[in-house]
Amino acid sequence: MSKTKEQLAKALVETGYVADEGLATALLLTEMLNRPLLLEGEAGVGKTEVAKALAKLEGADLIRLQCYEGLDRSDAIYEWNYQRQLLAIKAREGSDDDAETVEEAVFSEKYLLERPLLAAIRQITPPVLLIDEVDRADEEFEAFLLEILSDYQVSIPELGTVEATSIPRVILTSNGTRELSDALRRRCLYHYVDYPSADREARILLSRVPGLDTALALQIAELMGKLRKEDLTKVPGVAETIDWAAALVGLGAKNLPESRELVYDTLVCVLKTREDQARVTQEVTDRLLGKVA
Amino acid sequence: MTAAPIDTRDDIGTALRLRLTGFVHSLRDSGFKVGLAETNDALALLCSPLSKRSHSLKSAFRALFCGRLSDWKKFDELFDAYWSGKGVKTGIKVSGTSSKKSMKTIRELMDAQGTRQDTIAGDVERQPGEEDEETGDKPSGRREGASIAETLGSVDFRHLHDPEAVAKAHELAERLARSMRVRLTRRDRQKRKGPRLDLRRTIRHSISHGGTPIELIRKGPRERQLRLVVLLDASGSMNNYTAVFTRFVHGILDNFREAEAFLFHTRLVHVSSALSERDAARALDRMGLMAQGIGGGTKIGEALADFNRWHAARVIHSRTCVMILSDGYDTGAPDALADEMARLRRRCKRIVWLNPLIGWEGYEPTAGGMQAALPHVDLFAPAHNLDSLAALEPYLARL
Repeated sequence: MSKTKEQLAKALVETGYVADEGLATALLLTEMLNRPLLLEGEAGVGKTEVAKALAKLEGADLIRLQCYEGLDRSDAIYEWNYQRQLLAIKAREGSDDDAETVEEAVFSEKYLLERPLLAAIRQITPPVLLIDEVDRADEEFEAFLLEILSDYQVSIPELGTVEATSIPRVILTSNGTRELSDALRRRCLYHYVDYPSADREARILLSRVPGLDTALALQIAELMGKLRKEDLTKVPGVAETIDWAAALVGLGAKNLPESRELVYDTLVCVLKTREDQARVTQEVTDRLLGKVA
Repeated sequence: MTAAPIDTRDDIGTALRLRLTGFVHSLRDSGFKVGLAETNDALALLCSPLSKRSHSLKSAFRALFCGRLSDWKKFDELFDAYWSGKGVKTGIKVSGTSSKKSMKTIRELMDAQGTRQDTIAGDVERQPGEEDEETGDKPSGRREGASIAETLGSVDFRHLHDPEAVAKAHELAERLARSMRVRLTRRDRQKRKGPRLDLRRTIRHSISHGGTPIELIRKGPRERQLRLVVLLDASGSMNNYTAVFTRFVHGILDNFREAEAFLFHTRLVHVSSALSERDAARALDRMGLMAQGIGGGTKIGEALADFNRWHAARVIHSRTCVMILSDGYDTGAPDALADEMARLRRRCKRIVWLNPLIGWEGYEPTAGGMQAALPHVDLFAPAHNLDSLAALEPYLARL
C-alpha cells in the first residue's frame, strides 16, 4: 500500500507527532528508496520522537540503539554467550562427544546473544530501527554501520552470514558533536529538523497537552519563539515547551500576559542553566510577554 | 507495506535524463557529495507521483541529495536556479577566486613571506636588533641533505627568507604534526586494562591451561582520544608566522582524528572543513576564501566569546586541549578576554598558549591581553621555530 505524503503527515498527527512537509516527504522516501534517514538538529527538537511516531504509525516494533563513545560490535550487533558456552563445554567433558560436535553445539544459535542491529534485521515484520546520536559513537563503528545499512546482512565468522529476513526502516539521529563521514551521509537521506514555527509548535502542544486551549497554546509557542532568540546558553527544545505548557495548565493559567508572576515562576521548566536563569529576569519576561500580547 | 515498484525508467525521455545529470553535476560543483546511486534514485523519483508538483519534488530531492546542514541551506537556491532558471548559478560555486582583491589571502601571505614584505605587519612589530641577528641566524639554506632539518629547526620563522627554506619549513611543520599523531595513538592503545572481564580473550588464553580459565584478561573503558582544538591568530602582528602555522594546523587536522581549527582576527571563522582538503595548497586557498580580511587587527576577547557561545559546546569534550596560537596583542578590553578565558578553562582539559614572541630575546608578556589571559593558561610556550613546535609533543602525549 502506497501513501501520499499528505496521508502520511495526517497519520503522524494522529500518533501525536506534527511533522512538517519536508519530513513527511523524507519519511515517504525511506520506504520508497529503502534508504536510512539521517536526522540532524539541535538537542530537543524531537528527532527521536520521529522514530517513535513512525513505529506507532506502522504498528511496528521500535528497536533502539543508543550510541555512546566506545560502542563496539559486541554491544551493537551480536555477542556469544561466553558463560553458557563455558558451562556447556564443562558439562560435556565427561561424555564421549568429539571436539567437532562440541564446537558445533557451542557455536549455535542457542548461544548467540542478539544485540539491536542483528535483532532488527531478523524480525519477521519489519521494525523501525532507531540509531540514536550516532555522532557519539566512534568512527570505526560508523564503518560497521555502513556495511549493515547497505547490504542488510551481518557476517558472523562462526555461523556464516545472516541475511535480513525483513528490511527495517532505519532512522539515525545526530546532534553534530562530531562530523559524520561522507560515506554514511551519502548512504542516507537527510533531513534537518529545525525548531518548529510558532504555529506548528502550538499544534504540537495541542496534541500533547490535554486541557490546553488553542489561544494559550499559541501564546506559549510564540513566547518560546521569542525566548529562543534571546542569548541563551542552552536553548530550550520542544520537550521543554511541552513540560512548561503542562505546568501552566496545571497551575490554572488562562492568558499569559495576565499571569506574569506565574510565567516567571514556571520558567524553571524551560531554562536549565544558572546563567540563563540569571539572564531572563522579570523585566526580560515582561518585555517578551509584551510582544506576545 | 511496500512501495509500488518503480520500473518505468525507460519512460523518461533522454532530454529529462540529461537535465537530471546536469543538475547532479551542478550539485557536485557546489560541493555536494552525490554518487551514482543517488542519481539513479533521483531518476526513480522522477517516475514517481512525487514529481507531479515541483514543490514535492524539491523536498524529495533535498532529502536525497543533501548530506549536511550546509547542503541543506543552499539546496533550495540551487534547485530553483537550475530547474526554473531563477537566480545565478555561478554565485554559489565554492571553488572560485576571491572577489575582494584588496584582501590578503593566506597564499599571498605565504608568498610575501619569502620575499620579506613587511606591509601591515608594522603595527605592533618590534624586532630588537634584527639586523645583527639576521646575519647570524640566516639559514644556510643551500646546505643539502638531512642536515637541513637540523639547521631549520632552530631558526626563527621570521628569519626565513629563502623560498626554498620556507617551503622546507612548511613541509617540516606539517610532518611534525603528522608524527605527533602516530605516537599519541600508539600510547593510547596499550593502556587498555580495567574492571571488566574480556571473556573472549580469557577463553582464548585458557587453551594453554587445558580450558580452565586461570589467566583473566580484563578490559576497561577505552580512553578517549585527545581532541585538539586550534585557535589560530591571523592578525597583522602575526604576519611572519601565519603561513607556517597554517601549514602546521593543516598537518594537525589531517592527522589527528579529532581536531578542529578556527582562525581569528577581528572575528572567528571555523576553518576545519577547508583544511580537511588533503592537498595543502588547495586547503589554503579554500581557507583564504573563508577567512576574508586576515592581516588586520585582533580582537581575541571577542573571538573567544564567539567561540564559547557558538562552538565550544560542540567541539569541546572533557579530553580536549585548546591550543591558541597568538602573540597576545589585543585591541579589545583585557577584562573581556580574561572572562572568556576563564569560561573556556572550565570546559576543557588544558589550554596551551603558543606565543611566537617568547622566542624573542628579552620578551616579557606585558601586553594587556596577554597579562589577562595568562592566569588561565596551562602551558605558555614559545612557537617561533620548528624545535619549539616539536617540544610540544611530549606535553600533549601526557594528556
